[in-house]
Amino acid sequence: MLSAAVALAAAGAQRAVALTSNTNTSIFSPESTPSRSIYELSLFVLAVTGGIFVVVGGLIVYAAVRFRERPDDDGSEPPQIFGSNQIELSWTIIPVLIVVVLFLATARMIFAIQDAPKPAAALEMSAIGHQFWWEFRYPALHITTANELHIPVSTDADPRPTFMKLTSADVIHSFWVPRLAGKVDLVPNRINELWMDPHTPGLYVGQCAQFCGVEHAKMLLRVYVDTPEQFAAWVKQEQQPGAQSPASAAGRREFESQACMNCHAIAGTAAHGQFGPDLTHFASRKTLASGAADNTTENLERWIEDPDSIKPGSLMPSMHLTPDQVREITAYLNTLQ
Amino acid sequence: MTTPAHGHAADSDWRLPSRGRVGMFSLILAESAIFVIFVVAYVYNIGRSTFGPQPRQVLELPILNTIFLLSSSGTILMAERALVKRAMAAFIAWWALTIALGAIFLLGTAQEWHKLITKDGLTISTNLFGTTFYSLVGLHASHVIVGLVMLSAVLVFTLLGALKPEHTEKVEVLALYWHFVDWVWVVVFSVVYVIGR
Amino acid sequence: MAGGSIPVPGGLGSAADVAATEADGATWLEHLHSWVVTVDHKKLGVMYVLYALLFLVVGGIEALIIRIQLFFPDNHFVSAETFNRVFTMHGTTMIFFVAMPIVFGFGNYLMPLMLGVRDMAFPRLNAFSFWMSAFGGLLLYYSFIGGVGLQGAGSAPDVGWWAYAPLTSRAFSRGHSTDYWALALIVSGFGSIGAAINFIATAFCMRCKGMTLFRMPLFVWLYVVSSGLVLVAVSPLTAAQVMLTIDRYLGGHFFDTQAGGSAVVWAHFFWIFGHPEVYVLVLPAFAIINEVVPVFSRKAIFGYPAMVAASVGIGFVSLGVWAHHMFTIGMTSISNAFFVLSTMLVGIPTGIKIFNWIATMWGGKIRYRTPMLFAVGFLVQFLIAGLTGIILSVAPFNWQLHNSYFVIAHFHYVIVGAILFAIFSGIYYWFPKVTGRMLDERLGKWNFWLFVIGFHVCFDVMHIPGVLGMPRSIYTYEADRGWTGLNQIVSVGAIIQGIAIAILVYNMIHSALKGQEAGPDPWDAWTLEWATNSPPPPYNFAIEPVARSRRPLWDLKHPNDPDEPLEEG
Ligand code: HEA
Ligand code: HEA
Ligand code: HEC
Ligand code: CUA
Ligand SMILES: [Cu+2]
Repeated sequence: MLSAAVALAAAGAQRAVALTSNTNTSIFSPESTPSRSIYELSLFVLAVTGGIFVVVGGLIVYAAVRFRERPDDDGSEPPQIFGSNQIELSWTIIPVLIVVVLFLATARMIFAIQDAPKPAAALEMSAIGHQFWWEFRYPALHITTANELHIPVSTDADPRPTFMKLTSADVIHSFWVPRLAGKVDLVPNRINELWMDPHTPGLYVGQCAQFCGVEHAKMLLRVYVDTPEQFAAWVKQEQQPGAQSPASAAGRREFESQACMNCHAIAGTAAHGQFGPDLTHFASRKTLASGAADNTTENLERWIEDPDSIKPGSLMPSMHLTPDQVREITAYLNTLQ
Repeated sequence: MTTPAHGHAADSDWRLPSRGRVGMFSLILAESAIFVIFVVAYVYNIGRSTFGPQPRQVLELPILNTIFLLSSSGTILMAERALVKRAMAAFIAWWALTIALGAIFLLGTAQEWHKLITKDGLTISTNLFGTTFYSLVGLHASHVIVGLVMLSAVLVFTLLGALKPEHTEKVEVLALYWHFVDWVWVVVFSVVYVIGR
Repeated sequence: MAGGSIPVPGGLGSAADVAATEADGATWLEHLHSWVVTVDHKKLGVMYVLYALLFLVVGGIEALIIRIQLFFPDNHFVSAETFNRVFTMHGTTMIFFVAMPIVFGFGNYLMPLMLGVRDMAFPRLNAFSFWMSAFGGLLLYYSFIGGVGLQGAGSAPDVGWWAYAPLTSRAFSRGHSTDYWALALIVSGFGSIGAAINFIATAFCMRCKGMTLFRMPLFVWLYVVSSGLVLVAVSPLTAAQVMLTIDRYLGGHFFDTQAGGSAVVWAHFFWIFGHPEVYVLVLPAFAIINEVVPVFSRKAIFGYPAMVAASVGIGFVSLGVWAHHMFTIGMTSISNAFFVLSTMLVGIPTGIKIFNWIATMWGGKIRYRTPMLFAVGFLVQFLIAGLTGIILSVAPFNWQLHNSYFVIAHFHYVIVGAILFAIFSGIYYWFPKVTGRMLDERLGKWNFWLFVIGFHVCFDVMHIPGVLGMPRSIYTYEADRGWTGLNQIVSVGAIIQGIAIAILVYNMIHSALKGQEAGPDPWDAWTLEWATNSPPPPYNFAIEPVARSRRPLWDLKHPNDPDEPLEEG
């Protein structure tokens, strides 16, 4: 009953969300093999535990109501019973059997998901956690980007699962996009793996799921599942150096003369910093600072002037630039499609 | 109950375990858990130091030291036996010998650390090996120090003639602790100087 | 026959004479002095409980801050930094300075009385343990002042109660707040270990005549198992905290990932402590239920030997399940499967307990006084909490639910719905013994029903945002995720619980002063603590009682139907 209630309520709430936006993060609306398998297993587990709840809960309530002391009671003590080996044995053995069943179902799924073979067509990439932002690398494609992940859709006709290696540059983070896969931690000094094969193109959101410091709450994740064409176009775009239009030369000069370039990289320029997100195609991202704000000119200006005003505690310092400098840099960054 | 329906033989010789011993065994259990964690940390980190001296380059087998410490387990046993017989002179002799052996062990450790720090430049912050080594060996040494302080206190009381027969059990409980400290060394020794090298 | 004078071994009459003289003519300073220097297990027990209740209010206020902040998305009630400090302090306070001391308090007060003896095995160690625990709490809260070296007030640890490395290293956690956190837990850890040694030694070495191990009340057995777990589980925490301190102060590298140290090792060490710790807390809750359910059902506990065996079994199995908190950290599939199995196995002995409690109620005549109400609440809520635990132990499901609000809901269900309910049950049950006065029943019913409602509104609903993908430890959330309304319901539930706890506090103060006189045995109960005065005199029993069965007072009240032959047959 409990589990059913949870499932029902969750399903209801999830439908409400699904109708209004694509920011649904319910684990009960899976869109990829690992998350779907987990969902199916979870239904089984919820049914079993729900059954136990109904039976045992029923017994408790029955005993509590049926054997209450009545007002007309004669005050005598009820018969004293000290135990019964047979009964006690039976309520040991039944749970043992339930545990065996649950365990086998679980173990099967652990191996199926965790030790899944990697097909040749798989896209291999890696994610590196940083205090409050995500770095994504596609070594075979020579792409480095941040915060917004693009992966191809994977269909039965054209399976293209994404296999991701995860590690961290500082503390432990956790990669969680509920509709695509269970979460896996990003641990410094260690490489973990995760895979997903989303079946429907679109935007899937999630966020860091391991407390990693002040701005853990704003370490959001956006995964764009692209059609094969979209993905190819995106890859092509990302492989270009940052667009350099003469109109924004002033901003570029400003960027390269400030400390910005110590922390940020923009391919094709002198900026090779590694501490902050790669900005080569910054303007193509929908959000700013791993989802802390929409990527609009106004927000970007505010961010560059004082990052704390958007994400207090982020590791990017305020450079104390003049409004003109901010405007020029913003204009420059806006050209980095 | 005041007039029991049927007599119970148990009442007349109602005996309970000694709380000193039960308490000490509990303490030893807790201490063992602490040592297990430090030992696990040591074993896990063997060979993981990314820089600095490695165990093989700087550690020597403290065989003599080990013999001293382990034999103090024997001498304290002799002391206990003497005490039970109230042979106070023998007790004092064996007890003092135990303290001496423990003290020599500590001196040996001090010497080893002195060499490691000044000659090999290995401190607790040098690398993982330094961190785990000094912590584990230091944890053990601190137990030896606590043991020595308590053993010495007993010696002083004995010399002052304050050790009454009713204290025998307390002395035995203290000896339990000392045995524990000795046998933990066997573990530390094998992990640090045998396996870890 | 409640309240009547019973011809108890040890003689009530003689005890009553001496009890009256104690407090006469003492000034408040002398009173204070007598509490500070006391080695009496009863005074120490009371101090433990009061100290824990104080911190319950503090930790509860922190919970309310959390809930107010999460009432709206993008709320600015507190800053991100403050929020992180508040939830860390909430978790640390509640586990170490509410649940632990309250449990120790009950054990301290009751164990010698139930065993029919005058004190614990080591009274001075007992006092030492209490003051260590108390000092630990002060150290933790001192971090608010001293966390940044006195220059700027208002700091506190912000690393979560599990304090995963390397977030706690000096590079990522500056200032001294994390140091105070580690020190506080080391210090209170010594207190806990001392208390555990004392409980074990008392149970084994301090029993009145005839009180064989298998005649001890189940309460005592559960404290023995729980104390055993403290010995082998709190010590690793102490060891890990020492290592952390070495890292932070002496430049060590245990958990320094830059120098080859391991973050995963910390996680293992923490949960090797952390998981048994939750059983350290829940076993004493079982202990209370084991006393309350039989007395108010008017029946002997069903299956005493099985209950003992199940407790010991839970103790052992719970030492091998810790990594179910780490299913997402990247263990191999084999290890994951192992920890799934070991975790699920805990359900079996726990189930035995639940069934035996039901069987105890079965065929009884249940009297619904406040302690029993809380006990029934415990049964239902613990069942649900255990089942969500089983759900979490399904590793693949856990990959989704880990670190989500579903986990928060699971463990508050156990900690509040089961442990706190059991403790409240115990407070209503033994308050008359401690103070000589009954807690007010009408306020008790208000307390119970408000707490039940608040609890369910808060923590039933809390499962859902977890399923909808809401992670824990976040100070704010996006408005478009569909979590807002649910969070608001949860917060309302928290406030209702606050009112219920305020009623309890009021009831305790009011009844201690003006409550109805209780007499030695207000519940018509069967264990030895009811054989002496309320409150018991300093020496507990004028003459040491003798136990002939598990229910000495039952035998006395029912000379024609004593327990003894039944048990031994
Ligand atoms: C204090 C109490 C307490 C207790 C008693 C429990 C009991 C259990 N807990 Fe819980 N748990 C916590 C406190 C507690 N827990 C805390 C504090 C955390 C989070 C810490 C943190 O991250 O901050 C946590 C987290 C936690 C996790 C990790 C979640 C995560 O972070 O991903 C898991 C996973 O397995 C788990 C499982 C269990 C199980 C299986 C039990 C079992 O013991 C339950 C057994 C009981 C039953 C099963 C019900 C009765 C049985 C029957 C009616 C018999 C029939 C049943 C079957 C055959 C299944 N718990
Ligand atoms: C004993 C353990 C215990 C108890 C009792 C509670 C009780 C409560 N807890 Fe807590 N909680 C934890 C242990 C506990 N918790 C732990 C270990 C964590 C994890 C921490 C971490 O992640 O690091 C946690 C985390 C935690 C979170 C998640 C924070 C996060 O991840 O961001 C939340 C969120 O809602 C929460 C809420 C509550 C609520 C609403 C209660 C309520 O039940 C509280 C109700 C009580 C009150 C409201 C008291 C108020 C009383 C008064 C005001 C009395 C008035 C005064 C007088 C009359 C003098 N808790
Ligand atoms: C000390 C290092 C540092 C310096 C100097 C720095 N940044 Fe950053 N920057 C960061 C970090 C770290 C982040 C990620 C913050 C977060 O999301 O928590 C970031 C994020 C950003 C982002 C958002 C990127 C994204 O993908 O959403 C922009 C844009 C940016 N910085 C621009 C600049 C500009 C312009 C300057 C110079 C005026 C600058 N930065 C200077 C460290 C730095
Ligand atoms: Cu990164 Cu939380
Ligand atoms: Cu656990």
